[in-house]
Amino acid sequence: MSTAAGAPGAPVDRPVLVMRGAAAAAGGRTLWSGVDLEVGAGEFVAVLGPNGAGKSTLVKVALGLLPLTAGSVELLGRPAGSSSRRVGYLPQRRSFDPGLAVRGRDVVRLGLDGHRWGVPFPLLLAGRRREREARTRVGEVVDLVGASAYADRPIGSLSGGEQQRLLIAQALVERPEILFLDEPLDSLDLPNQAAVASLIGGICRDSAVAVVMVAHDVNPILGQLDRVVYIAGGRVAAGSPHEVITSETLSALFSTPIEVVTTSDGRLVVVGEPEAPEVHGGRHGHEHR
Amino acid sequence: MSALAHLVAATAPARYAALGPGAHPPHRAPPPVLGANLVSDLHELFTYHFMVTALAAGTVVAVLAAAVGWVMVLRRQSFAGHTLAVVGFPGAAGATLVGLPIAVGYFGACVAAALVIAAIPRGRAGTSRGAESAVTGAVQAFALAAGVLFVNLYQGFLNGVDALLFGSFLGITDSQVWSLTAVAVGALALLVLLGRPLLFASVDPDVARARGVPVRALSLAFVVLLGVAVAAASEITGSLLVFALLVMPAAAAQQVTARPGLGLVLSVALGLLVTWSGLAVAYFSIYPSGFYLTSFGFAVYLVAAGVRGVSEARSRRVAALGRGA
Repeated sequence: MSTAAGAPGAPVDRPVLVMRGAAAAAGGRTLWSGVDLEVGAGEFVAVLGPNGAGKSTLVKVALGLLPLTAGSVELLGRPAGSSSRRVGYLPQRRSFDPGLAVRGRDVVRLGLDGHRWGVPFPLLLAGRRREREARTRVGEVVDLVGASAYADRPIGSLSGGEQQRLLIAQALVERPEILFLDEPLDSLDLPNQAAVASLIGGICRDSAVAVVMVAHDVNPILGQLDRVVYIAGGRVAAGSPHEVITSETLSALFSTPIEVVTTSDGRLVVVGEPEAPEVHGGRHGHEHR
Repeated sequence: MSALAHLVAATAPARYAALGPGAHPPHRAPPPVLGANLVSDLHELFTYHFMVTALAAGTVVAVLAAAVGWVMVLRRQSFAGHTLAVVGFPGAAGATLVGLPIAVGYFGACVAAALVIAAIPRGRAGTSRGAESAVTGAVQAFALAAGVLFVNLYQGFLNGVDALLFGSFLGITDSQVWSLTAVAVGALALLVLLGRPLLFASVDPDVARARGVPVRALSLAFVVLLGVAVAAASEITGSLLVFALLVMPAAAAQQVTARPGLGLVLSVALGLLVTWSGLAVAYFSIYPSGFYLTSFGFAVYLVAAGVRGVSEARSRRVAALGRGA
């Protein structure tokens, strides 16, 4: 439907993610179709929309974890699924078993070399050097996300916010060019939402990592966003937050009258969005596609 | 003859005295008495060939079970481990019945059951767990029943059921030690090769899959490894007490440390401690080795849980002090 062209502050000189005429289905039902999207290097893009619209599916298609039913998707200049090294991914709502006896630092480390066969073998000189480099890199990202104080504790014993920071570190440890985050603020309390959101925004700005973030609520990240991708009713609208999250655009997207209200503190509230009531309680709640 | 000898050896009521000629343990009437001189007692342990083979087999099995068990506990697959062990029982009893070595029965049944477990398609997480465990429970009960039938069909050696279920360290042959060693070396080599991706897939499957780790194939490979480790442990502890070597050292290690490398090493060390002390004490005792192995394993676990509790309480106190200051 729309591309980055004309989106303010978003010069797409070197796109890291390109979707053309893309469509995806789940359980025989088409979730969305005709999606054209470009994400440039260092851009912060939010994927919004009601439950079940296919937000997580968009991320999984971009990663090559799910197939497209039409169109094409290119990630870092190659077909999706063929370049996993420079791509960070934080799936939706992972919480670790409270008894899981593996340190946060080890979980971060798995993001660096967890895909390599064998075990680290620091007896040889080369192995010792590689081990030292790996530990240094893990220490850097753990510092970056502010998790040094608890990175040596078992990850199962940490709070949701602490786990989320370590998982962001895990996604960052390979110096990705693009980071996919699926509802990283979900299940965090409000102060933690704000802290993690500003952490992600800072990483995006300072390290020039493109961020594609699925979000339930746009407000915690509103100040950081370059662009918004809004999925509803099988279609997609993209552009700057203040272009897309308007009564006109959303009414057209949903084909039903929608009102967007700006509160006195600058928060956007969408009224009349035809959304199924959110399902709470289930460990693998909504949007598990 | 060999399977028969095992059963005779394992079930002889008067212990070593009842063994027929040619059987491994020597002719000796009363059970040995643990004397005041520990050195000479230890020396006595190693003068009997059957005891040396038992310690050798126990050592090999302890290392394999503790290493594989550490991953099993991490993956929360103890239930699968128990199922494999229970299925090993009719395998071993059936092998005895048709004249095959008991080890063939354990390994055949455990690995076959592992392949079946691996082949069961996992439904969506959370939805099919209950149904799966009900199916497994039914299979476990049937496996035990079939094992009892086989033991009864093998007329006259009903007491063999004790050895198959609760273990025996008598009558382990040299060739058994060598075959156990070969199996353990192969299994441990595979575990090292799978190493990091297996840890990744166990801790964080979603991200591992996105990073190109073959999560499904790894879980299949691990269940087969688990079957091998369970079968090996069954030869020492019997089907029902494999957790003495498979779960207790690993769970104790995970109470104490969250470092993967250190945890694996500690798990193996604790497994060896439990095995050696259990076998040694059982030698001087009239009670079965399975009891001692399991009790020592349990003691190790309790101590580890205690250590963890104390250190957590201390760190809470330190944190509280820090807040207060």
